[in-house]
Amino acid sequence: MRKSRVNRVALQKASGAGRGLWSDAWRALKRNRAAMSAAIILAVVAVLCVFGPELSPVEFDKLDWDYVSVPPSFEGWHLFGTDDLGRDLFVRTLVGGRISLMVGLVATAVSLVIGISYGAIAGYLGGRVDQVMMRIVDILYAMPFMFLVILLMVLFGRNIALIFVAIGAINWLDMARIVRGQTLSIKRREFVEAAQAAGVTTPRIIRRHIVPNLFGVVVVYVTLTIPQVILVESFLSFLGLGVQEPMTSWGALVNEGAKAMENEPWGLIFSAGFLAATLFCCNFIGDGLRDALDPRDRSA
Amino acid sequence: MFRYALRRVFAAIPTLLILIALAFFMIRAAPGGPFDTEKTLHPEIEAKIRAAYHLDEPLIQQLGRYLSGLAQGDFGPSFQYTDRTVTELIREGFPVSLQLGACAMLLALLIGVSAGGWAALRQNRASDHAVMAASMTGISIPNFVIGPLLILVFAVHLDWLPAGGWPSESLFERLPNMVMPVVALALPQIAYIARLTRGSMIEVLRSNFIRMARAQGLAQSTILLRHALKPGLLPVLSYLGPATAAVITGSVVIEQIFGVPGLGRHFVQGALNRDYTLVMGVVVFYGILIILFNFLVDICYGFLDPRVRQRS
Repeated sequence: MRKSRVNRVALQKASGAGRGLWSDAWRALKRNRAAMSAAIILAVVAVLCVFGPELSPVEFDKLDWDYVSVPPSFEGWHLFGTDDLGRDLFVRTLVGGRISLMVGLVATAVSLVIGISYGAIAGYLGGRVDQVMMRIVDILYAMPFMFLVILLMVLFGRNIALIFVAIGAINWLDMARIVRGQTLSIKRREFVEAAQAAGVTTPRIIRRHIVPNLFGVVVVYVTLTIPQVILVESFLSFLGLGVQEPMTSWGALVNEGAKAMENEPWGLIFSAGFLAATLFCCNFIGDGLRDALDPRDRSA
Repeated sequence: MFRYALRRVFAAIPTLLILIALAFFMIRAAPGGPFDTEKTLHPEIEAKIRAAYHLDEPLIQQLGRYLSGLAQGDFGPSFQYTDRTVTELIREGFPVSLQLGACAMLLALLIGVSAGGWAALRQNRASDHAVMAASMTGISIPNFVIGPLLILVFAVHLDWLPAGGWPSESLFERLPNMVMPVVALALPQIAYIARLTRGSMIEVLRSNFIRMARAQGLAQSTILLRHALKPGLLPVLSYLGPATAAVITGSVVIEQIFGVPGLGRHFVQGALNRDYTLVMGVVVFYGILIILFNFLVDICYGFLDPRVRQRS
């Protein structure tokens, strides 16, 4: 076992292939059993959420008065039971998962775009511009954004597009800081100097030479942002400020389940389980990726 | 040190002003007013009410009025509870929230630091892995899930603790009611602090001055308490700012779940009832609190780590 790995590494070395940052990281990640199992579980949850509701014989918003608040059973295919309106909780949990996962991806993408452009511009331009831009980030950093988001949701109604943008817009600060730090070190490298000497324009240098080299840091940070964002959305939904009925999300389901938990605990347990498992897996993958991509930084 | 503190104050003031202005304009821009009722009011009466609350003045003037009131500790009248001022509501609710929040923070620090430090000393052993796995679980389970689960287990099934409520007579009577909300608030913070402590302690324990202390033959306990603890806890100190913010945010749902009459519940109720001044008051009040706490943390950090106050 051990010998064969040595051989394989030697072979790859000899052929000169697969020794880049990414293949090294991939190998380290594959050896991290916790991260790999987390990835598999997350993939299963995602596939279930995407395809499950299509395959199920029941609709997520169909009221079935013959099956009100029934516990999980195979009869009538209510695998997770039904809620007090007779809606099937298995399908609702999966449909809610779609919303939660989608918020995770879209809002993270929003924060990614803002954070990378902001951080790369500040870091690359440097000097006065950098100082002002980072001072703005410092000021925003101390803001209790969660309260502003709640305020926003209360005032402008429960609008799913607004959730995406609002959550994304508050999560870019860390990304901007990290990207800026990385940009500062990248811009002193020879290939950037070469580009400058060749007369490449500044926007083009940032786009073609800086941003692609940020990926290592960004990937780690993205995997850690996704669970944060999912958490924020479910927090809002729990307060009744997220998606609107009959649509649902994990936070809203936890809220409904918590209200009825004395008599029908299944409503709480399944949605809470899915939410916690997803967050858990995302965090584990993020940790594993950080160890794989940057073996030095194992703190926190 | 004084100049460092002054610089921090100047950094905190714009944050505060931006926060107030943002909240203020957001509320004014919202569709629907606080006096929208089923039956339309007589225009004359509505104009009177608007004038009484100064809603007929230009926005800038309203903002100025709000700020000058704020400087005197006046958060304005509540739109919903017409006979109460927001200041009164805050004065009533905040002590309750403070008890929960302070207990949760203390618990988080105590358990988080000891668990993290212990894990660092036993790095890569089974106990270290156990602590880290537990803290990962703690981070991944949001406190609005922990709360109901605690109730389900300890109130509904085991019937050890009351499911909620807040007897106001004496602290002693309140203790059983406080256990679950405090634990639910503290758990995610315990997990974060344990991970932070472990990471920084491992780094500190590897550093040269610790090796030097070992070479001098100092006792393990002296090395840990006299030399390693202070630098090892610096990251935890700087996390206290975000932790306060997280505990305050968490208290909003926790108070809702456990039926605690604190400020967080006012916030949610006010938001659902469109009580603009109350919501705004809570946002501003908590904003000031968080910014103030961040400022204090910065000052402490400057005290403990001379490098910070000399830089920049």
